[in-house]
Amino acid sequence: MLDPSFLFAQSLSGLTAAMFLFLIASGLSLVFGVLRVLNFAHGTFYMLGAYSAYQIVLWIGPGPGTFWVAALGAALGIAVLGGLIERLLFRHLYGKEELYHLLFTYALVLILSDAAKILWGTQQKSVSRPPGLAGAFTLFGVTVPYYNLFILLLGPAIALGFWFMLQRTRVGRFIRAAALDRETLGTLGVNVSGLYTGVFVLASFLGGLGGALVTPVRTIVPGMDTEIIVEAFVVVVIGGLGSFWGTFLGALIYGQVLSFGILLFPRFSIFSVFALMAAVLILRPWGLLGRPLK
Amino acid sequence: MTAPPLLAVEEIYTSYGLSQVLFGVSLEVAAGECVCLLGRNGVGKTTTMRTIMGLTPPGRGRVRWKGQDIAGRPPHRIARLGIGFVPEDRRIFAELTVGENLDVARRGAGGRWTEDRVFELFPKLRELRDRQGGVLSGGEQQMLTIARTLMGNPELLLLDEPSEGLAPLVVHHLGEQIGRLKREGLTILLAEQNVDFSLALADRVYVVEKGRIRFQGTARAFREDESIRQQYLAL
Repeated sequence: MLDPSFLFAQSLSGLTAAMFLFLIASGLSLVFGVLRVLNFAHGTFYMLGAYSAYQIVLWIGPGPGTFWVAALGAALGIAVLGGLIERLLFRHLYGKEELYHLLFTYALVLILSDAAKILWGTQQKSVSRPPGLAGAFTLFGVTVPYYNLFILLLGPAIALGFWFMLQRTRVGRFIRAAALDRETLGTLGVNVSGLYTGVFVLASFLGGLGGALVTPVRTIVPGMDTEIIVEAFVVVVIGGLGSFWGTFLGALIYGQVLSFGILLFPRFSIFSVFALMAAVLILRPWGLLGRPLK
Repeated sequence: MTAPPLLAVEEIYTSYGLSQVLFGVSLEVAAGECVCLLGRNGVGKTTTMRTIMGLTPPGRGRVRWKGQDIAGRPPHRIARLGIGFVPEDRRIFAELTVGENLDVARRGAGGRWTEDRVFELFPKLRELRDRQGGVLSGGEQQMLTIARTLMGNPELLLLDEPSEGLAPLVVHHLGEQIGRLKREGLTILLAEQNVDFSLALADRVYVVEKGRIRFQGTARAFREDESIRQQYLAL
């Protein structure tokens, strides 16, 4: 059981899962950090991204670029959907009690997941890997699909790009300032409500992209929305709500704990993750890289 | 026909929920003037400023900017018209650096205020450029709030109790800097409790009590009428 190449394979699969989790959790954390709404429907954007990618692949038919067009198209479609939801519905939640956030976003989860069932049924769907990345290579005796390698490279690239945008661009400064004091930013001439829409669109895009990119490695099924939102929520709690690198770290830890937890408690792998979250909440309630509330 | 004043507040009534704060406040500020709103704590000075800025729109009354009614517009639009607001509680973005605080407010390219010009007015801020706003002292934060608002190149500066909570020496220094802004032609509406600080700067004075204007006149007229000071401002 302690064969090193087996351990390497486990950690690699944990790492791949972590990259997907980061894509989802970073959007969840961004929306919470700036808009102050915990969006339970964020996992639904992920699921709809997956279904949309599947649908676009069906429409276009097989070809070398099909998967990439579908992934990008799905992510953009979900971004537009997110923008509409923010403009028409979400903005009535700002500044209201958390209970309303919870009820509203949960209602959105139920409505959208039923809509998905009406459109795509309950049969599981799948999308094959893009032809260019269909093969695999061997590393330390482990077979690694090229597609997984692509995900392992894409995750950190998106993290760095995202971080650069937040820290080094003017829009990023607006976003950080809006997270700290929305009213003051408005008096300085910044259209904060437009900025909120932009943030929500970006988060939806990342969620939709995560869902589209996960299709070659996981089947698309109803219920994948609530599964991922619970996982993303755990990641964000471990890393610290609203902390960017905390989310990245949380995703990495989650992936490893889950994939090694399976070895220890095969039937209760999710247990190890919740145990970790409980431990973090007891020792550092504000998360590993988060900051205590003042 | 004379040109309308830069800012004219006409009979505004403003409430927070059920508690009414302003009862028909009117005031005018002409271009180039420094006008002071004097009054004790809680009489409606801050609410008047917030109403002008669009943060608490009036239930009744008008706020005219160059003759045009702007009441009810969102704050960012009002700011873009050329009104800069320096809030009483400073509201520095604590986790942004001094430089980032200034950059966020930068507006009106080609205007007179740039980061360099702002640092000339407040040299201390230049040394603190890469520090986080949250670690600055009270006086430094006050300078940064004013500097930040100037970065938007406003025509009118609303200064809400800039002297509050600062040491006398810092207040003196701040008064000099505001005086310099006034001499450079910036129009200022100042809300204050500190009478001496205000009179050193103001051309005209409005005295506010319980949400109403009780006195208006030149700074000289106010200075000469000891009874007003006794009645509305003595503690």
